[in-house]
Amino acid sequence: MMESRPRTGSIISFLVGREDLMVDLSIDFAGIRSPNPFWLASAPPTNSSYQVCKAFEHGWGGAVWKTIGEPVMNVVNRYGAVDYNGQKILGINNIELISDRSVDVNLKEIAETKRLWPDRAVIVSLMVESKRETWHDIVQRTIDTGCDAIELNYGCPHGMSERGMGAAVGQVPEYCTMITEWVTEASTIPVLVKLTPNVADIRYPGRAAKKGGADGISLINTINTIMGVDLDTLELKPSIDGKGGHGGYAGPAVKPIALNMVSQLAVDSEIGLPISAMGGVSTWRDALEFILLGATSIQVCTAVMHYGFRIIDDMMEGMTNWMEEKGYSNLNEVRGKSLKCITDFGSLNLLYKAVARIDESKCIQCNLCTIACDDGAHQCIDVLPKPKEVNGSVLNLNQPQVREEDCVGCRLCFLVCPVDGCISMVRVDNGKETISWNELMRQLPQPVTWEALRQFQHKHGIEIH
Amino acid sequence: MKNIAPKLTSDQYEENFAEIHPPLTPNSATAEAQRCLYCYESPCMKACPTHIDISTFIKKIATGNVKGAAKTILQSNWIALTCAKACPVDVLCEGACVYNERQEPPIQIGKLQRFAMDSYFQKGMPPLFSPARKNGKSVAIIGAGPAGLACAAELAVMGYSVTMFEAKNMPGGLDTWGIAPYKVTQKDSLNEIKLVQSLGVDIKTNMRIGKDRGIDDLIQAYDAIFIGFGLGIASNLEIPGEDLDGVVDALDFIEKVTTREWTSVDVGRRVAVIGAGNTAIDAVTESRRLGAEQVMIIYRRSRTEMPAYDFEYELAANEGVFFHFLTAPVRIVGTKHVEAIECVKMRLGKSDEDGRRRPEPIPGSEFQIPVDMVIKSVGQNIEASFLSKIPGVKMSGGNVLVDPSSYQTGNPKFFAGGDCINGGKEVVNAAYDGKQAAHGIDNFLFGR
Repeated sequence: MMESRPRTGSIISFLVGREDLMVDLSIDFAGIRSPNPFWLASAPPTNSSYQVCKAFEHGWGGAVWKTIGEPVMNVVNRYGAVDYNGQKILGINNIELISDRSVDVNLKEIAETKRLWPDRAVIVSLMVESKRETWHDIVQRTIDTGCDAIELNYGCPHGMSERGMGAAVGQVPEYCTMITEWVTEASTIPVLVKLTPNVADIRYPGRAAKKGGADGISLINTINTIMGVDLDTLELKPSIDGKGGHGGYAGPAVKPIALNMVSQLAVDSEIGLPISAMGGVSTWRDALEFILLGATSIQVCTAVMHYGFRIIDDMMEGMTNWMEEKGYSNLNEVRGKSLKCITDFGSLNLLYKAVARIDESKCIQCNLCTIACDDGAHQCIDVLPKPKEVNGSVLNLNQPQVREEDCVGCRLCFLVCPVDGCISMVRVDNGKETISWNELMRQLPQPVTWEALRQFQHKHGIEIH
Repeated sequence: MKNIAPKLTSDQYEENFAEIHPPLTPNSATAEAQRCLYCYESPCMKACPTHIDISTFIKKIATGNVKGAAKTILQSNWIALTCAKACPVDVLCEGACVYNERQEPPIQIGKLQRFAMDSYFQKGMPPLFSPARKNGKSVAIIGAGPAGLACAAELAVMGYSVTMFEAKNMPGGLDTWGIAPYKVTQKDSLNEIKLVQSLGVDIKTNMRIGKDRGIDDLIQAYDAIFIGFGLGIASNLEIPGEDLDGVVDALDFIEKVTTREWTSVDVGRRVAVIGAGNTAIDAVTESRRLGAEQVMIIYRRSRTEMPAYDFEYELAANEGVFFHFLTAPVRIVGTKHVEAIECVKMRLGKSDEDGRRRPEPIPGSEFQIPVDMVIKSVGQNIEASFLSKIPGVKMSGGNVLVDPSSYQTGNPKFFAGGDCINGGKEVVNAAYDGKQAAHGIDNFLFGR
């Protein structure tokens, strides 16, 4: 398969590898060592030793083996996807079950893979029925492969949950603690608990995992979704012989949800465990965002299912270049650096004022900002006549201009503008005074009245129309 | 020359020689990169003579890893900026883009490659490749054009001491001296040369081997020698009047234009370019841009046989160049200066060995076209006298004969690539030859 590649590439790659040593991407995750933070998530790309070994050849730092355990049988048409504006697979949903190959076959391949790749992290994902002896048995057999760690799959929202496993465990903190205890009491290697996002508050299952003795937490697993309905057949997409149901959703679309949940666990004082983050990581930029919000390792699945293991090249290189540029030499210096920015709404500065400003030299007169502001925001963009010659005739175009005294700084126009750098949010307060809602409420008589609030706003030049 | 076209204002010159393919903005580059499907083992990569991993470098632009994109490009092609701007992408990478199959415009690969390389040079060429420890071997390279530069860079990265010998006062060969300035500027070429020098390659200019230093001397001093001196001698028309004032060689003319000293290049009011290759198109459109009033191509075959690419023909035709097809020059008329060119009409007869129909003169069809300047662009020949001094080096069909995989000549110590082995192809072919020859040299010296 690789023969048609230019023969000479490997020599330079080797040299480039030496160059990259200036930045150290290696991690130590609760004792699990990995040359870089990029692990394949427990999913179809880690179904076999063929795949995991190929991924390691491409440079992946670790792999969480596709969950092994109870006997299962799959159906066909396992995936559905959302495309957006010509871009394929913004999100992907699956109803594939855990490994449909036997535990024996998997354990043999895991042992072989770890023997061949001693410097990479090989983590085995497990899911068996909720019996203490059954867990003890599979944990011991897993440890015997020589793998680095165990990941407990409390996440799968489809199929397995109907049999009392996966998300059915992850959604009940007591079960989560109980099974984690069964595993940690038998395990001599680190145990990660993988959480489902299909809960009201991710901190409860996270704390339950900690209580059960987990060494680390992985999240997020997939989100319950129905991908769509076929308007010709009126069946679900995808359809399995006319029927379907919810599956687990992943891919770039879920990243913001995952970022939130990862940061919630990272700042929770009761947890304090290393986090293996996943959910829509496609590029080095995504990965850095998770690390900045507290993740130690990064798991990837959808991007690999779309483009293959080769994406690791850009992920490592892009991360390395960024770290070099910013002056970081290892990921410990990066991890959690943005967590200090996370706060409650009540602590945000009410006197921070920014307004939108349109750079007329860059504006293309599409007026998407105008209509967005007028219909969807606060009616503070005016249009001025702008005669412009287009192919010989003069058109009277509209030049949008922000009425800054009325702009509430909502940022909607900035978001809809299709030209980079055309609309910017410009800070206009003096930066000296700050007050949050919580502080203001301590100053004003309670319960606060509209009139008291208006006076405060008026004093600071804030007029609400 | 008698009727020199009036000089233009400097603003007019700059407008006439402005880039015909302006660069992408960061915004448009990202949008275009995101449109790329990121194909695997892609058709564009296979169509590129240097096999750049195109979809990978474009993916890197999409993620904002522009430095990494430059690295991916340079791993396959050391002459990446010139190729990005001068390659006939329509018939190479972009012509193979899968979007063509979907009846949609192909990805603008050339412009994206240029975006990556421009950014890289603008950032001051941060080091991407650390040369291996010196292996104790030294290689001499004759000619600092794209083939030689590619060979030098590849060898330097592998740990060789490399010295280049260039006859002219600036390196770069035709990249520096032979490409129309509205496609590639000398600055682009000189940036690429700086990159090669940054890898430790020593370039000696004003050094013509055989004159300033003997070939035997090189054989003594170096472990291997790469010949990348291109084609030296412009072919003559072999017709009367060729020595008249106003008859110039196309490459000499183009070379003067690359210096951007517009007013120092005289051009006639009426200019005839003989030949219809891509160099002829450059010469005729440059004449036009310098202020010539009537410009024409004289070519003995028809448009179908014309060696210039279709897009080059369109460019010239749109700029008012008149094409005299099936017309051959028989005599340049004039006493001291060019006054006219006498031609004969041709018709196409039976096919040649190369499959093209042979043009035959139509008796009695002679006619004269009044012109002030004749630019000859009917090909170049190799400097065979130099090569004859190297024992074992063999020629075939006017080119240096090399092994197609090792680029080794009949003399095991000598390797060759670029125009001198292919008779004159694209920069990208030279870049590939040079790189592959470096590995041929490495295999030869280390028995790999």
